[in-house]
Amino acid sequence: MGRYLIRRSLFLVLVLVIVSFMTFLIFYKLPPGDPARIAAGRRTSPDIIAQARENLGLTKPWYIQYGRFAKGLIPCCGMFLNEQVYFSYNNFVPVKEQVFDRLPVTIVLAVGASVIWVLIGLPIGVMSAIKPRSARDRAGMLFALFGVSAPVFWLGYVMLYIFWFQLSWLPGSTLPIDETLFESVLRGRFILPWVTLSLTFAAFYARMTRSNLIETMSEDYIRTARAKGLSERRVIFKHGLRAALTPVVTMFGLDLGILLGGAVITEQVFNLPGMGHYVVDALATNDFPAVMGVTVFAALFIIVANLVVDVAYAFLDPRVRYT
Amino acid sequence: MAEPLLEVRDLTVHFPTDDGLVKAVDGVSFSVARGETLGVVGESGSGKSVTFLTVLGLIDRKSATVSGEVIFQGRNLLELSEEEMQDVRGSQISMIFQDPMTSLHPYYRVGEQIVEAIRTHQNLPKRDAWQQAVEMLRRVGIPRPEERARQYPHEFSGGMRQRAMIAMALSLNPDLLIADEPTTALDVTVQAQILDLIGRLKDEFDASVVIITHDLGVVAEHADHVQVMYAGKIAEYGTRNDVYYRAHHPYTWGLLQSITRLDQPRQERLRPIRGMPPSLIFVPPGCPFHPRCPYVMEVCKTEVPPLLSEDGTHSSACHLTLAEKERIFEEEVAVKS
Repeated sequence: MGRYLIRRSLFLVLVLVIVSFMTFLIFYKLPPGDPARIAAGRRTSPDIIAQARENLGLTKPWYIQYGRFAKGLIPCCGMFLNEQVYFSYNNFVPVKEQVFDRLPVTIVLAVGASVIWVLIGLPIGVMSAIKPRSARDRAGMLFALFGVSAPVFWLGYVMLYIFWFQLSWLPGSTLPIDETLFESVLRGRFILPWVTLSLTFAAFYARMTRSNLIETMSEDYIRTARAKGLSERRVIFKHGLRAALTPVVTMFGLDLGILLGGAVITEQVFNLPGMGHYVVDALATNDFPAVMGVTVFAALFIIVANLVVDVAYAFLDPRVRYT
Repeated sequence: MAEPLLEVRDLTVHFPTDDGLVKAVDGVSFSVARGETLGVVGESGSGKSVTFLTVLGLIDRKSATVSGEVIFQGRNLLELSEEEMQDVRGSQISMIFQDPMTSLHPYYRVGEQIVEAIRTHQNLPKRDAWQQAVEMLRRVGIPRPEERARQYPHEFSGGMRQRAMIAMALSLNPDLLIADEPTTALDVTVQAQILDLIGRLKDEFDASVVIITHDLGVVAEHADHVQVMYAGKIAEYGTRNDVYYRAHHPYTWGLLQSITRLDQPRQERLRPIRGMPPSLIFVPPGCPFHPRCPYVMEVCKTEVPPLLSEDGTHSSACHLTLAEKERIFEEEVAVKS
C-alpha cells in the first residue's frame, strides 16, 4: 500500500510536469498578443512596454521563465501560484487571492450538485435495470435522454424563468455581496444552479448504472447467488450493485475533480463568482496569469481526483492490487 | 425402487422470442431416486441445462412458458411461490455451474460467500457459520482452509474454485446436487479429481446427484443411470451399462463413436455425428434426429418416436425395431467402442 502510494504520487508529479510544460507553451510561446503590451495597458509607450517585459521576466531565457512558472505548481513553501508570475495584469492583484476567493463558490456548487446527481441518477438507474423494458424503465430512460440532451445554458435559463421569474419559488441568479456564502446556501440561492448542473450528470449516471447493473445481473455469479436461495432483493443489492457501482465510483471521482476546476457554463448562467466565471473573464481580457492560475488549479484537482479514484478502486475491487 | 426423490413429468419449457417459439424442453419425464447419480448427456441446446434450471426455478417465468410437473419430496416445485422456492434452493436442491471462474462473486471472500449460503437458510451466528464454511472447505480437499476462506476467488485456481463451489453447494446438506457441466472448464487432470470428489461427497452427504455434461466419458464412471437428450427431448434412458454396452438410439451411437479412445488403433478415425443440432425454433418434424441419422426411414420424417421402454428401465425414442437396434449396435458400434 505504501509503495503503491509512492509510485502513484511519483506518477502524479510526472503528469504535473507534462501539464505544466504544455500550459507554459500555450501561454508563453503561442499567444497571439505580446504579454508585455497587454500588461502595460492601453495608453502606453515603448519604454513602459520594455519595462513591463523586464518585470515579467520575458527577457530571461525560456528555462528561467518556465522555472518561475512551474514553481507555482508546487503546493507548499509559499511557492504555490507565486506572485512573480501569477499576478493579474488587469487589476493588479495576486491570482492566488482571486482564486481562493472564488474557490468556495465552486466547491459548494460542485459538491452540492454531485450529491443531487447521485441521489437522482443511481436510483433511477437501479429501478430501470431491475425491470428492463418496463414502463418504469422507459420513464427513467426518457428522463435520461432529456438530461443528456438539454444543454446546460438553456436549462439554466428555463429553470430561472419557471422557478424564479414565473413562480417566484426560488431566488434568481447572483450572490449578493453582503451575504456570506453560508447565508447564500441557506437562502437557497444554490438550488437552481445545483439542479441545473446535476441534471446532465444525473442522466449519465442513471444510464451508466442501468447498463452496468443489467450487465452484472446476467453474470454467472448472480445465478450462483440465486441458486443459494437468496432473496431477489439481496441478489440485486448485495451481489449486483456491488459489482455494478464500482465503475460508477470511479466516474464520480473524476467528474467531481473536473467540476472543482470550474463549472464554467453554470457559473456564467447563474452569475456565480466561481472559478469558471473567473476564467471566462480572464480569457475575455487576455489576463494570462489568471488563466494560467486556474489551469494549474484545475489540473491539480483532476490529478488528485485520479489518485483518490485509483486508491479507492483498489480498495473496492480486490482483484486490483496495490502494486 | 422406493419413491423417487425428484420426479419430472412431461416438463415443457418454451421461450417465445421474436424469431419464433424456442422449444428448449419439450415433454421430458424422468426421475431421480434417493442416493442415485443421474448423468444427463447432450449437445449444447439439447435442453439439458434448461431442464434443471427449471427444476430449481431459475428460469425467468415471465420469459418462458413452463408446463408439466416437478415433484420433489412430494411437492410440485412449479406451483411454489418465489419465497418457498428460495427455501428449497441451496438448502434442499443446490447447483454448481460450468465455469467456476465466473460463478463466484469476485468482490467477496470465498468464506463469506459460503457463510452467506449457510446463514440464508440457518439461523447461525456468523462465527459458527464461518467455522462451518472452513470445515466444508476442508472436506472438499482445500488445503489450509482457514487461510483460503479469507481469500478472494481470483486467488484460487480453477479446480480450487470448483471445489469451493461444491463446498458452498453442500454446506446445507442438500438432498439433491445438480452439477451443470462441472468439469467442462477445467483441465483434464483436474476433471477426474472433481468427479471423484463429487462421487465421494455424494455418499458422505447421502445426496442424489445429477451430472449434466456433453461428454459421455464424464459420466461413464460415476452415473448409475444415463439420460441422453436431443433437441429438448429424451432420446435414450437406461442404466450406465445399458447406455454404454447396449445403446439403442442412433444419436447415442454417434456420441459413443465420437469419444476419443486411447485403446484404439491410431488409424481409426473419430466418427463425428453429421450435421448440426437443430434449431429449437424449427425442430424437424417426426424424429428430431432424422436429418442426421444414418438409419433414417420414411416413418422417421413424419412421426415422433415415443420413448418406449424395452425392459422396465432401458428406453429409447427410435422407430427401429429392437432387433435392428441390437444388430446395428453389435455390428457397427460395439466394435468401435
